[in-house]
Amino acid sequence: MRKIIGIILLIIICWGIILALHKIPFGIPKTKVGEYYIDKGREETGAANIVTSVVVNYRGFDTLGEVTILFLAAIGLGAVLSNFKEKGKRKIELASLILKTGCRFLFPLILLFGAYIFIHGHLTPGGGFQGGAIIASAFLLVYLGCRGRIFNEVGCKITESLSGLVFIVMGLIGLTVGGHYFLSNFMLTGQINTLFSAGIIPIIYIAIGLKVGSELTGVIDNLMEKS
Amino acid sequence: MDFLSNYIYYIGAFGLIFIGLFIILVKHNLIKVIIGIGILDTGVNLFIVAVGYISKGTAPIFSKSGLDAKNMVDPVPQALVLTSIVIGVAILALALSLAIRLYQHYGTLDLRKIKEQRW
Repeated sequence: MRKIIGIILLIIICWGIILALHKIPFGIPKTKVGEYYIDKGREETGAANIVTSVVVNYRGFDTLGEVTILFLAAIGLGAVLSNFKEKGKRKIELASLILKTGCRFLFPLILLFGAYIFIHGHLTPGGGFQGGAIIASAFLLVYLGCRGRIFNEVGCKITESLSGLVFIVMGLIGLTVGGHYFLSNFMLTGQINTLFSAGIIPIIYIAIGLKVGSELTGVIDNLMEKS
Repeated sequence: MDFLSNYIYYIGAFGLIFIGLFIILVKHNLIKVIIGIGILDTGVNLFIVAVGYISKGTAPIFSKSGLDAKNMVDPVPQALVLTSIVIGVAILALALSLAIRLYQHYGTLDLRKIKEQRW
């Protein structure tokens, strides 16, 4: 019965979507604002990666909201799992020497790769969120490989709060010094396609990378320890 | 065939969305419902990126000097999808934590046996 109702509902939704979409062609330029960003984005922001200039510069306020949502989800997860009753100590089986050594060898390399991704966010594909996810994956590797290691939770929280503060302070400086709007690009844009270019974009992306990395590490920590 | 080659990305994206919706509507296990939410999320992201595609376009990154700005795909849907992916991860983590608490409280993940969740 539920299956029949579900299929009928899906057919109705499908019909509506076909009606709405059959006049929209595939593969031709549709929006003026995208063309504007591609034409003017390099001169206005100095970033070679147009997606980055849209995410951090033109729609920086959006990104602030996105970071806030991720923060709220991490806090909510911690609150939901907070007063979890311990059912006695779980037996920890120590990993073998090969696994431990491999983890210890790979951990700094993965951290380095994540840092590369978010520092070069304005030049190559990638950015703060992707780099943060890679950094969190390094901590997940330590969790799975070297059991019994305990993270410095206070350090995690401090990193997260400081990088969030850096984001907002950069926005407020842009409001007062720069172009009279929040998160305006008040620094020199510099030579395109070099590391020190694009004004505030690399600074904000480094802050976002550290914040996302520490938040996702906190999520992993909560899910692994308290469940 | 012409129709299929023109709209194949839309069809794939909405195929994923319908699979996700069907799982959410039909399945009784909470973990399967959360997996359905994940599949639906992926389908929506694929659809938004497909809307911004331009035939034979390149990524909107000026990594070399010889790239033509006319040939680049729309950057705005990609930026929006970046937001959407992060929020999808946050939603999945929160849903899984709620599922853990439900399992601890009721001892089951079957939605038919959880009394307050019946529909």
